[in-house]
Amino acid sequence: MSEFLYMGGYAAFVWPSYALTLVIVALNVIWARRSLDQARADARRRLLRGGATT
Amino acid sequence: MAWTWFHRLGSPPHVYALATRLTPWFAWPAAALILAGVYGGLVLAPPDYQQGDDFRIIYVHAPSAWMSLMVYVTMAVAAAVGLIWRMKVAHAAAASCAAIGASFTIAALATGSLWGRKMWGTYWEWDPRLVSELILLFLFLGYMALRSAIDDLQRADRASALLAVVGVVNVPIIHYSVLWWNSLHQAPSVMKLGKPDMPAAMLAPLLIMLVGFTFLFVYLLLVRLRGEILRRERTASWIREALAE
Repeated sequence: MSEFLYMGGYAAFVWPSYALTLVIVALNVIWARRSLDQARADARRRLLRGGATT
Repeated sequence: MAWTWFHRLGSPPHVYALATRLTPWFAWPAAALILAGVYGGLVLAPPDYQQGDDFRIIYVHAPSAWMSLMVYVTMAVAAAVGLIWRMKVAHAAAASCAAIGASFTIAALATGSLWGRKMWGTYWEWDPRLVSELILLFLFLGYMALRSAIDDLQRADRASALLAVVGVVNVPIIHYSVLWWNSLHQAPSVMKLGKPDMPAAMLAPLLIMLVGFTFLFVYLLLVRLRGEILRRERTASWIREALAE
C-alpha cells in the first residue's frame, strides 16, 4: 500500500494531478446542478408573481 | 420533412423535456467510466519504461485537455447555429459550455504543469502547445466576461457567439502545434491516424477516461442547458409543466 502511495517517487506530482482533476469534476457537477436549481426556483417565483404570460 | 428534427431542436419545451429524459443516460455511465478509468490508470496500467509512475498523470491530463477542446468546439458550433438561424436554444447551449470549458482547461494546464516538472524540468515553458492552450483559457474567460458585461440577453448572445466563432481558429493550432513547431510537448500518441503508440494495458484506461469525460460533458451540458432555457423562457404554460416533475 505504501509503495502504491509512493508512486515510484512521483507521489508529489501524480496525487495532486488526480486530486485537482477530480475536484474540478466534482465542482462541475455541483455547479451545474446548482445552476439548474436556481433557474427552477426563479421560474417558480416568476409564476407565483404572475409575471409570466400564458 | 427531413428537417423536422432540426426545427424541434429550436423549440425550448421540446429540448427541455429531451434533456431531462437523456440526463440519467449520461450521468451514470460517466461516473462508472471515470471510476474505472482512474482505477485502471493508477493500479492496472504498468509503469512506463522511461517515465516510471509519473506517466500516470496522462489519465487525468489528456482527458482534461480533450474536454477543453471538445467543449470549445461544441460552444463555437452552437454559437454559429444561434447566429445563423437565430435559434435561442443554440445560444443557451453555447452559454452553458463556457464555465465547463474554462475549468477543464485549468485542469489540463495544471496537470500538464505537474507532469512537466520532472519530465521537462520546469512547471511552465513558453511553448506553442502550452501557450495555445492558455489562449483557450482566455477565450473561455473572455466569453464569460463579455456575456456578463452586456445586460441585454440577445445582444450578449450575439456578441459572445461572434467571439466564440472567431476563436475557433485556435483549436487546430492547439492540436497541430506539436507538429508544426518544435515543441517540448510530445506528439499525439492516440488522437492520430493509425495505431496508437501504447500497449493495450496502458491504452485501455486512457480510452475509458476519454469516453467517460465525453459522457460527463454531455451530462453537464444537459443540466446547464435546462437551467439556461428556464432563465430565457417567459411563457408560463409549459414552465408550469416543466416544474411540476
